[in-house]
Amino acid sequence: MRSKGVAVVGAAETTKLGLIPELSAIGLHADAALNALADAGLRPSDIDGLATAGEYPPALAAYLGLAPKWIDGTTVGGCSFMLHVHHAAAAIEAGYCSTVLITHGESGRSGIGRASHAASTSSLAAEFEYPYGVAGATSNLTIPALRYMKSRGATEEDLARVVVVQREWAAMNPRASLKTPITVDEVLNAEIIAWPFRKPMCCLRTDGGGALILTAATRAKDFPRKPVHILGSGEAVESPMVSMMRDFTTFRGFRTAAADAFAQARIGHAEVDHLMIYDAFAHLPLYGLEDAGFCKPGEAKDFIRERNTAPGGKLPMNTNGGGLCYMHSGMYGMYALQESVRQMRGIAPAQVPDARISVCIGVGGMFAAAGVVIFTNEARQ
Amino acid sequence: MPRTLPKPTPETRHFWEGCKLGELRLQRCRSCGEAYFPPRPFCPECAGRDVEVFTASGKATLYSYVINHRPRADIGTEPHSIAVVTLAEGPRMMTNIINCPQTPQALQLDMPLQVVFGNESAEISLPYFEPTVQP
Ligand SMILES: [Zn+2]
Repeated sequence: MRSKGVAVVGAAETTKLGLIPELSAIGLHADAALNALADAGLRPSDIDGLATAGEYPPALAAYLGLAPKWIDGTTVGGCSFMLHVHHAAAAIEAGYCSTVLITHGESGRSGIGRASHAASTSSLAAEFEYPYGVAGATSNLTIPALRYMKSRGATEEDLARVVVVQREWAAMNPRASLKTPITVDEVLNAEIIAWPFRKPMCCLRTDGGGALILTAATRAKDFPRKPVHILGSGEAVESPMVSMMRDFTTFRGFRTAAADAFAQARIGHAEVDHLMIYDAFAHLPLYGLEDAGFCKPGEAKDFIRERNTAPGGKLPMNTNGGGLCYMHSGMYGMYALQESVRQMRGIAPAQVPDARISVCIGVGGMFAAAGVVIFTNEARQ
Repeated sequence: MPRTLPKPTPETRHFWEGCKLGELRLQRCRSCGEAYFPPRPFCPECAGRDVEVFTASGKATLYSYVINHRPRADIGTEPHSIAVVTLAEGPRMMTNIINCPQTPQALQLDMPLQVVFGNESAEISLPYFEPTVQP
């Protein structure tokens, strides 16, 4: 448990998700931010801390009419927002600021006002990976999967089953992009994107945004919504190049960030009621379940096959449908955090009954960075 | 549209000069013995600056890969493998496995490979890998 405690008191996504051609990327940040301010009952002048990825923080502050005295522009891919929560909680506890707004917005499908995502931010990747034909994350972040599958005895059916279960969750979510049930055979007969990955095993490309507002837990009772407390958090990096990842069967980022978050939260895995694992591709939940300690190495595929993560299972996972079925703008981590907060507030479309603790695990880049946040809806001292 | 090629830097130029001569050049730390890649003028294991360039055997095994079907304008040979290989000396690198069918059946993990250089420009030959010819 954090020394004093920090809570989420505002949370919202953009008014629309999916195809939003009427807003540019910064407009999506703003739409989500205004919705989160309304959710928290706050005005721009109440915000004294700002964290964002993909936009230059001073530009976003000016656009929103904010005058923050603390900013964080950490941009390490899709898990950036988990790191923002980690950093903001520490900043609030240190007294650098009192109320932090974290925003995300990305015109992932329409591409309006989108910050240019170069093939890689690392010139070493441009020099030693890009010439071999990597065409975005679909043929880069996916490369370790075959080694993982050989090591763990996992099959293409096991990858397909991740999609099937998440489509079951998405079917309960009116805002999900892909709600039609799908079978293992249908997944395995779909178009190949980068073998062994078929189209349904790869994330969506959609427009959207999300925002969170954090403040000290001691103030949280004064807000209109049920506060969601941050019980623990962690972050870590591995390599900006997938070819430099030390062991393709396990991600050091997940291991380190999760171990730190669990140690800080002082909880055991059996106490976790709800789980989000960033699923840009179908292999990532398998890594996350094992690297965060929910399953022993090699058991994640069985854990999913035995329906532990499915509706009615003991550890509901990716209950919004995930990046595979709900939405994926490019930096999906914000939507995983939003679903954890909804579950802790008790207002998720596919609500897990009596859920008290939610773990949210994010990956950034090509196994480059990781962030983990553990939430609870119970005030703990 | 020609393939996007690497732009050597002062720290990597020895590697690309080696490729042009048909040599796969790695670096090794004289203090701790670590062989490493990609190139840099110090050892990533112990931070020692006393490092040497040496020519690797060119032997490797297939660590992991995908067969990419998504077209990229400067490549045009999809579907093709994008692989990571483990060099006999220890370091790993990304490459394409060539001179064999681009199929799961032909591309088996841990299969032995050997380097083969593709002449791409006056300055750049890219190291590719092909299945080792069985004697
Ligand atoms: Zn050394």
